[in-house]
Amino acid sequence: MLVQILFYAFAAILVAAGLGVILSRNPVHSALSLVLCFFTSAVLWLLIEAEFLAIVLVLVYVGAVMVLFLFVVMMLDINLEQLRSGFTRHAWLGALTTGIVIFEIVGVIVAKQLGVDATQGAAPLPAGYSNTRELGVALFTRYAYPIEIAAILLLVAIIAAIALTMRKRPGLKVQDINAQVAVRAADRVRIVKMDAEKRP
Amino acid sequence: MQWLQTQWQMLPAFMHSTLVIVGLTIVLILSVAYLTLWERKFIGWIQLRRGPNRVRIFGLPGTGGLGQPFADVIKLLIKEIVIPAKSNKVLFRLAPAIALIPAFATWAVVPIAPGYAIANVDAGLLYVLSLTSVGVYGVILAGWASNSKYAFLGAMRSAAQMVAYEIAMGFALVGVLMAAGSLNLGEIVTQQRGAALSWNWFWLFPLFVVYAIAGVAETNRAPFDVAEGESEIVAGFHVEYSGMAFALFFLAEYANMILIAALTAVFFFGGWLSPLDGYLAADSAIRQVPVLGALLGDGTHWLVLKIFLWLCVFLWLRATFPRYRYDQIMRLGWKVLIPVTIVWIAVEGLMVWLKVGPWSA
Repeated sequence: MLVQILFYAFAAILVAAGLGVILSRNPVHSALSLVLCFFTSAVLWLLIEAEFLAIVLVLVYVGAVMVLFLFVVMMLDINLEQLRSGFTRHAWLGALTTGIVIFEIVGVIVAKQLGVDATQGAAPLPAGYSNTRELGVALFTRYAYPIEIAAILLLVAIIAAIALTMRKRPGLKVQDINAQVAVRAADRVRIVKMDAEKRP
Repeated sequence: MQWLQTQWQMLPAFMHSTLVIVGLTIVLILSVAYLTLWERKFIGWIQLRRGPNRVRIFGLPGTGGLGQPFADVIKLLIKEIVIPAKSNKVLFRLAPAIALIPAFATWAVVPIAPGYAIANVDAGLLYVLSLTSVGVYGVILAGWASNSKYAFLGAMRSAAQMVAYEIAMGFALVGVLMAAGSLNLGEIVTQQRGAALSWNWFWLFPLFVVYAIAGVAETNRAPFDVAEGESEIVAGFHVEYSGMAFALFFLAEYANMILIAALTAVFFFGGWLSPLDGYLAADSAIRQVPVLGALLGDGTHWLVLKIFLWLCVFLWLRATFPRYRYDQIMRLGWKVLIPVTIVWIAVEGLMVWLKVGPWSA
């Protein structure tokens, strides 16, 4: 009962935050609503005892991805009028996507009522069950190669992103930090011993 | 005492944790108050000054300086909170709270006594990482909502710095994870059982150094305080804040320092474990002495002592080093700390594989 009350409360917040993402006029407010979305989804995942996924969602999306997102959105000077102008032109695409998502959700619910429940519901797990451990076992035994391939792909993407943005412009003034760090006091300061002189 | 114990047992379970949370919060806030005083005293002694020595508690003789934190708090409370006209009012008020909450919420999983944490979470280490990464929102939002150039520059610096050092910190903790074989903070402490040399800092020394440096950077303390950088960008992200709103940022910074010190103690210095653990057996004669025996054994007092010593290192760093330049901070984070952690994780993997040191059993 308490779980259901919590579920509906957080689901309501999630929907409200989702609306906030698309309805608010200020892009920074949208990004912050998205942060709230991630938080409430994490809470919903906690309710079905998927604590590892919930915490990782907060760690990765709230802690890293959205910080960079906010970083970019705050720096941009977005002209909202210009963005709005394409609304009717792309409305069919949005409607199509929404329709497919709704179809999928309804499909899952209908399938559940027909008795072919692929999700198996959320049965209460035994007390000693750690889904961190279970995930780790699955990822590093059965799915060891897929996860390594995914890691390599991400590494390639990182290197590609760096290679794309690293331009060597002529005449660029760059500090050689290694040289700066390697500097010793003796290179810069010369201490001169002088005899004291009488004031003129 | 007996009466208190029976009363305690009669309370329902949720009241237990609520009372512990309230107690811990009060202790933390008082510690923050006295940490500010200790910082001024400690740095004063390092720089051959006296530090605060005037404000007495209720005018009692011999308590000169001890009333200083309360005098500061009262001063800040009765100051006006100025909200800039062109600022984003809601976010401007929200930002200090967002900065403060993670610093306290993280304590939920910290093992504060042998076998006890407020919430004994299995994925505790991930919880710590995710909450400490939320703290940066307070700084970014404060900088942006102020609608001021200096504040915004401070926020941008802080965001870049946090993202860079979070990675180094996470990698350093991967090493701790490999040593403990668990994400549970309580198990990370018990796995280090033994003498002071069996604590994680010895076998994971490079990771410990990286974690310590990243910890200083995460809390925006000198020499990594470019987000404030009072000689370059006035006061950075909180330049527009005054009165109690400013005090909340101050509180968050010091609460974060205490938290990072506690986490360093838990991850690398055996938390509440006694350093004499391996040398004095539990049934040795000196451990049977009533008070002394208990003090030499495991307990919260060791955790408090480790936190205190680590805080002194924080203050010592601040009194000693000049501020890093921004590009040097980035270089240190990305090009020095992260490679070091990756190399040592590989070395640790080899040690586990070849069964060296603590992994020989």
